[in-house]
Amino acid sequence: MKRLAVVVAGLSQPSSTRLLADRLTEAVVRAVGEEVEVTVVELRDVAQDVTNNLLTGFPSPKLDAAIQAVTGADGLIAVTPIFTTSYSGLFKSFIDVLDPQSLTGMPVLLGATGGTERHSLAIDYAMRPLFTYLHANPVSTGVYAASSDWGSEAGLHDRIERGAAELAALVRVSDRSQRVSDPFALPEGFSPVGGFGAQ
Amino acid sequence: MQFGIFTVSDVTTDPTDDTTPTEGERIKALVTIAKKAEEVGLDVFALGEHHNPPFVSSSPTTMLGYIAAQTTDLILSTSTTLITTNDPVKIAEDYAMLQHLADGRVDVMMGRGNTGPVYPWFGKDIRDGIPLAIENYALLHRLWREDFVDWQGQYRTPLQGFQSTPRPLDGVPPFVWHGSIRSPEIAEQAAFYGDGFFANNIFWPKEHYMRLIGYYRQRFEHYGHGTAAQAIVGLGGQAFMRAKSQDAVNEFRPYFDNAPVYGHGPSMEDFTAQTPLTVGSPQEVIDKYAGMREHFGDYQRQLFLMDHAGLPLKTVLEQLDILGEEVVPVLRKEFAVNRPADVPEGPTHAALVAARDAAAVAEVSA
Repeated sequence: MKRLAVVVAGLSQPSSTRLLADRLTEAVVRAVGEEVEVTVVELRDVAQDVTNNLLTGFPSPKLDAAIQAVTGADGLIAVTPIFTTSYSGLFKSFIDVLDPQSLTGMPVLLGATGGTERHSLAIDYAMRPLFTYLHANPVSTGVYAASSDWGSEAGLHDRIERGAAELAALVRVSDRSQRVSDPFALPEGFSPVGGFGAQ
Repeated sequence: MQFGIFTVSDVTTDPTDDTTPTEGERIKALVTIAKKAEEVGLDVFALGEHHNPPFVSSSPTTMLGYIAAQTTDLILSTSTTLITTNDPVKIAEDYAMLQHLADGRVDVMMGRGNTGPVYPWFGKDIRDGIPLAIENYALLHRLWREDFVDWQGQYRTPLQGFQSTPRPLDGVPPFVWHGSIRSPEIAEQAAFYGDGFFANNIFWPKEHYMRLIGYYRQRFEHYGHGTAAQAIVGLGGQAFMRAKSQDAVNEFRPYFDNAPVYGHGPSMEDFTAQTPLTVGSPQEVIDKYAGMREHFGDYQRQLFLMDHAGLPLKTVLEQLDILGEEVVPVLRKEFAVNRPADVPEGPTHAALVAARDAAAVAEVSA
């Protein structure tokens, strides 16, 4: 069984961001072709917890469960509305409370929504560098849905299928969800008396 | 089991009347608070070290020496001493001097300190925080135990035949705790030396510290200092009390809501549910802290943060009365119940001297 996490930063309910996330999720699950456990994290539901974590340095139990689901998944679908040229502040705040090492090697399918297709490159100019900085592994196809896409014939459907196939290929071979992480692993070469030139 | 208070020495505006003590008032208040701690029967007063406002405690041994002269039984400690940015030679000398003046009523808690800008003010770099804590303590440990030290490390000038003075009282160095919020390296260091490990425990959920302390206990045993249950553990805590629980909640809420570190964040209800902060009746505090050993094992020292967030001195002294008269006596009894005989008591100079002498006798007879 594989685990798939879906982070949705849409603010309204229902939101077009959630709509896109659901379409992507359905396509990825279908493309993986084996049992997939899906956890959807609507950031709106943990928005105050995210802010509190920024202020106190620790997550509430509810947020911690969301973080564990995201960081322990075999693949991640991350979908945000584009606000003022970039991912939403809530989306970035959630990323900011993750351990910077926790998404290393994570296969990610990037998705974004916006009122106009003119913002579509925000996926590649804003979201992609964020995930590559974290050493995640975003697939090359990002899926942007503008308002006009929801009423058009093709295009969006094809992009969803293409991105989903790319993510599914990585999810199928991922063992991330089976790994045991050791929070007390000491750095290699660590000495309690100082392996730093001290006698 | 030792009970006491620890302070970060913050100068914070009282949110209920918008008044702020002067540095001088806060410094004198800290002395009053320490003397009150002894008066109400607490065992330990621990003082933080900071070099930036809003904190006033930049010179802990000066203040602790002054308090030592006005107390007789209180153990004077730190929370924490900056092992990263202080010269370990000066720590060795300052605390040995204090140890003599206080007739051995001194121990020290090592910590790395918090914010980035402090490091360069002392010629250091926060990115070297862990290596500094490891190397500096390695030197400090030798300076207190070897009369003449040859030393070469990465972070200070080498030493040839250096003797720090005065030598520790009775030839026994102050007991050392290592404080850490999240770093396994520091738990490992404490375990390696057989020193104490102190978990701040007040700003994060206890589950986090349970894992960290569990790790320290396991490594303490690994390094041959005793069983995991015999490792020396200290915990922080935080409480605000009134006879009626709702009075405590109402009175403390504005201080909580505006407090440094967690103010303007989670609700007091969420924070008390998720961390050891207890706001309520003395009985509620007793219940919460009597339960700590269920989570952390039998431990040696419990310190409470009682004087931060702009609480007026009068209120703090009232809190200490409640803590010393109503809470700690009950906790002492609770903690004594079913405590295994081989779990050490809280460290004292007399006990360390006795242990050293016993070891020497054992060596002679063997």
